[in-house]
Order: sequence, then structure tokens, then C-alpha cells
Amino acid sequence: MARVVVDVMPKPEILDPQGKAVHGALPRLGFEGVTEVRQGKRFELEIEGELTDDRMAQVRLMAATLLSNPVIEDFDVRVEEATQ
Amino acid sequence: MRVGVVTFPGSLDDVDAARAVTVAGGEAVALWHGDHDLHGVDAVVLPGGFSYGDYLRCGAIARFAPVMTEVIAAAQEGLPVLGICNGFQILCESHLLPGALIRNDARRFVCRDQRLRLDNVGTAWTSAYEQGQEVVIPLKSGEGGYIADADTLDRLEGDGRIVARYLEHNPNGAMRDIAGVTNERGNVVGLMPHPEHAVDDLCGSVTDGLGFFRSVLAVATA
Repeated sequence: MARVVVDVMPKPEILDPQGKAVHGALPRLGFEGVTEVRQGKRFELEIEGELTDDRMAQVRLMAATLLSNPVIEDFDVRVEEATQ
Repeated sequence: MRVGVVTFPGSLDDVDAARAVTVAGGEAVALWHGDHDLHGVDAVVLPGGFSYGDYLRCGAIARFAPVMTEVIAAAQEGLPVLGICNGFQILCESHLLPGALIRNDARRFVCRDQRLRLDNVGTAWTSAYEQGQEVVIPLKSGEGGYIADADTLDRLEGDGRIVARYLEHNPNGAMRDIAGVTNERGNVVGLMPHPEHAVDDLCGSVTDGLGFFRSVLAVATA
């Protein structure tokens, strides 16, 4: 088993109303010094068997096809090291 | 003229869309998201609502429903397809239309009678209107802000593929006030406002939406 993490973020030039709402709430709670908040999604995929190049290619395809919309989002795929 | 209306899990406006087809003089055919064929319909409406609970992204899961394989293939062959609200989101996710729809810039769900101008009456769904005609059609959406990169927007404007624009007030931050767009061929139209809610004097302030359904009926009889 291996865990592959896919992070999906709105592209930098895309308006992120959710991030803006969070950013607006922080000072109201007394948190200062945050200049911007962007909100994205994190997917954790548990992959069976050995994590081959083929499997990783499949995960990238999943990320580009379903997990993200390339028109508005960027994604990043990485393997999470097992922690005991 | 048989017009299919697809019901996805979470569709809300499929019954209104079917009724609008009937009011316009067509025969509405119920299509199910799990269908593997289109039952010989002459056009398809993807209705508004929250297909699959808007999980992941609006329209992202519906785009991979079995019936969408058929809709996408038929649309590429010229079948008239109208996506309303969530249906518009599905068409963008399917890449039948360019761009995407993101959360309203004001971060609020918007529900209002929206004034629009029809900028392309050459599509399968807008031929019953006059070029530049102003209409009022209800808008009700939380993620209706149309966006695309500048090159795509320029191309859409240059090719006259912006079907409708918001007038007086941009309700959701849509780039260049875009309320609806069409594909190159003019058979696929995506529209954020809901023409199916504006077809009957009895239950609405206007009947300006009827033209979308009359237009497609005219395509079949032409």
C-alpha cells in the first residue's frame, strides 16, 4: 500500500471567493499579518500493491481528468512516505 | 420534435424543463443519467440543480455519467444541446463549451429576475429572438461566475459566440458580463439563467424564456 496525495489549487489568476472569505474572517478573530488566503483541495489516494511508474502515471491522469479542472485549477501529485 | 431532458441524481429543474418543452409545443422525453442511449431524441436539455450534490466541482461527476457519453458524441455531430445553470457547468466540464463557472464573486447565492441581452440569435436555441433583444429571465445560482482566459474570451467575442450578457447588474462576477455561450457550430448552448422558469404567465412575471424552446422546435421542422 502506498498513499499518494493530490493537491488541487485554484490557478493564481483565478478569483478565489472562499479564500477571500477566510482571509476576511481572520482579522475579525484577532489573527493579524496574513496577506492572502487561497483555498484548495487535498485528495489522499490509497494505492494497492507497488507504486510503479505506471500507477503514478494513472494517478496523474486521474488528477487531470477528474480531480481537477485544468481550466481553473493546478494540481500537484506526490507520494506520502509511510509513517509508523 | 422530441426533446430529451436528462435527470441526474440531484437535478432540480428537470420537470420544469420538460414542461417548458411541452408549453413550446414539443414532446418532452425523460432521460436518465444511467441511460446508454438517447432514445432517438432530436435535442437534449441538461437541466439545473445540484447533480451529485455538487461534490468535487459543480458538474464534474455528472460529466462522467453514462448518458453524457452519448450526449457528448451526439453534440459533436450537431445535436442541439442546451445546458441550463448546472447543465451549463456540466457542458463546461465536458469541454463541449470553453471556460468554467466559479463561485459568485459576492459569495452569495443569487436569486433574481435578471435582464439579459441576446447577442447571438443564430444558435439552435436562440433563433426565435431578435438580435440584441432584451429579455428578463430568472437567475438562481451560487456558482455562476463565467471565466475563461483572455484569449478564449477574445475568441468568443470575435466569433460572436457569446449568446447572452447580463444587463444593468453583473450578478456574479462573470467575465465580460457573460450569461451564456455557444460552441463553434451553434448547436450547443450553455446558459446560467433559467428560461424554463419563464414560460408561463400563471407562475412567473415573464414568458421571455419560451423562445429558447421554440427555437429548437423550429430547427427540427426546418
